[in-house]
Amino acid sequence: MQSELIRLSSVSLAYHTVAGETIAINDLDLTVYEGEFLAIVGPSGCGKTSVLSLITGLLAPTAGTVSFAREDLRAGYMLQRDHLLDHRTVEKNVLLGLEVQHRLTPESKARAMRLLDTYGLSEFRAYKPHQLSGGMRQKVALIRTLAIEPDLLLLDEPFSALDYQTRLTLSDEVFRIIRNEHKTAVLVTHDISEAVSMADRVAVFSARPASISAVLPIGFPSSMPPLERRGQPAFHDYFERIRKELHI
Amino acid sequence: MKTNAVSEAHAAYLKRLRRSARLVILARIGVLALFLLLWEFGAALRWFDPFILSSPSRVAAAIVRLIRDGSLWLHVGTTLYETVLGFLFGTALGAAIAVVLWWFPALNRVLDPYLVVLNALPKIALGPVLIVWIGAGTASIVVMGVLVSLVVTTVTVLNGFLAATDEKQLLMRTLGASKIQIFTKVVFPAGIPDLICALKISVGMSWVGVIVGEYLVSKAGLGYLIVYGGQVFKLDLVMASVTVLCVLAALMYYAVALLEKRMRR
Repeated sequence: MQSELIRLSSVSLAYHTVAGETIAINDLDLTVYEGEFLAIVGPSGCGKTSVLSLITGLLAPTAGTVSFAREDLRAGYMLQRDHLLDHRTVEKNVLLGLEVQHRLTPESKARAMRLLDTYGLSEFRAYKPHQLSGGMRQKVALIRTLAIEPDLLLLDEPFSALDYQTRLTLSDEVFRIIRNEHKTAVLVTHDISEAVSMADRVAVFSARPASISAVLPIGFPSSMPPLERRGQPAFHDYFERIRKELHI
Repeated sequence: MKTNAVSEAHAAYLKRLRRSARLVILARIGVLALFLLLWEFGAALRWFDPFILSSPSRVAAAIVRLIRDGSLWLHVGTTLYETVLGFLFGTALGAAIAVVLWWFPALNRVLDPYLVVLNALPKIALGPVLIVWIGAGTASIVVMGVLVSLVVTTVTVLNGFLAATDEKQLLMRTLGASKIQIFTKVVFPAGIPDLICALKISVGMSWVGVIVGEYLVSKAGLGYLIVYGGQVFKLDLVMASVTVLCVLAALMYYAVALLEKRMRR
């Protein structure tokens, strides 16, 4: 397999609320390899999202270490909701990250516009987000994330707010985009078939406090798109194995 | 999809819409005309005493008199000056305080109950105090206009800022945004509709503050005219001043509404 990009070693994380202390993650070991598509599935509220926050440094681990292959590793986040800014056009939304990081140059802008063009959104450049459908908005959100040229994409249930049909087509599209741009991706989801249809490896999390109950390599060719995978006979076996791991 | 090539049914529908819009405007004018007619004839036929209730023709005559002797412009100018000043300072200061309170959540938590009380307090009650502190003059009246619009602006605008969702701010943080970037790119734009709403409320509020201020201390202005007219039993003068006030307040409100339209584009 490829080289390691991120390693979480014996990481624990505790939350403090008025009601008490919650151990969200307990003694977790997880490695993300360069160029892979890793999916994390687990029961809701098990601390999957916290793992992403640990990777981006929004949260610091209570115990253990999070180490990166490179110091200046840039992560791009894609959330459940697109959070496009209503008062900005599609183009301005896409450039938001570059603007915030003071990296908006004619070259970086041209690159972002090329992304819009490549993925069929250039004609909507001047549109406001409310004029777009849910699936298109989420695609714009992905391009906003890609525009900052992240080394790593963190996808936090990016399709769960969409209707089923959009979800299928959009996950197919997002998968192609990520493969095309040769990005490493970590997808957090509670949808088993979504995980199997997109990932190279699926990490199954236990209920809270989260630790890994299994890591399952998915045997489909990396480049095989989600919709095609869903038609494979092996798809159902993977689904069943993960389902059993989750004790559903 | 909207197209220009409409079917006959669609044309009929549009025609119905236009007709109903015209009817509404006609009815509005009708209500005003009916009101004025009843008032005028009621006075002429002595259903009530025109000395007490005045009448449209007497109001019109009073306004003409005010224009002739040149005092109308003095009073309108005075009141308008005080109101615009009070409105501008009140909203600007109110919005600035909202920004500070958003920036320092701890300060907001500490001051919240005070803000609630100040918002509930009829600021007009402070009138006599202001006169003692600032003096019986224009300054007191303007400060009254400021006070009345200040707190409501702060509360409304702050609510608008706080309505910008945490998740949007989280997204900005994942992009590496600083607090000032989060404010200028997410929170402030999200607060603009509430800011405009605050302006609309404040416009009316400033009139209240200024007119009451003029009731208490003044030698000119529409509020002064109203009090003076009441004291010497010139109800025509009172009604004339109120009529002029109506027109001015409406004009200023529409000016803000126009601003809203331009900002929303």
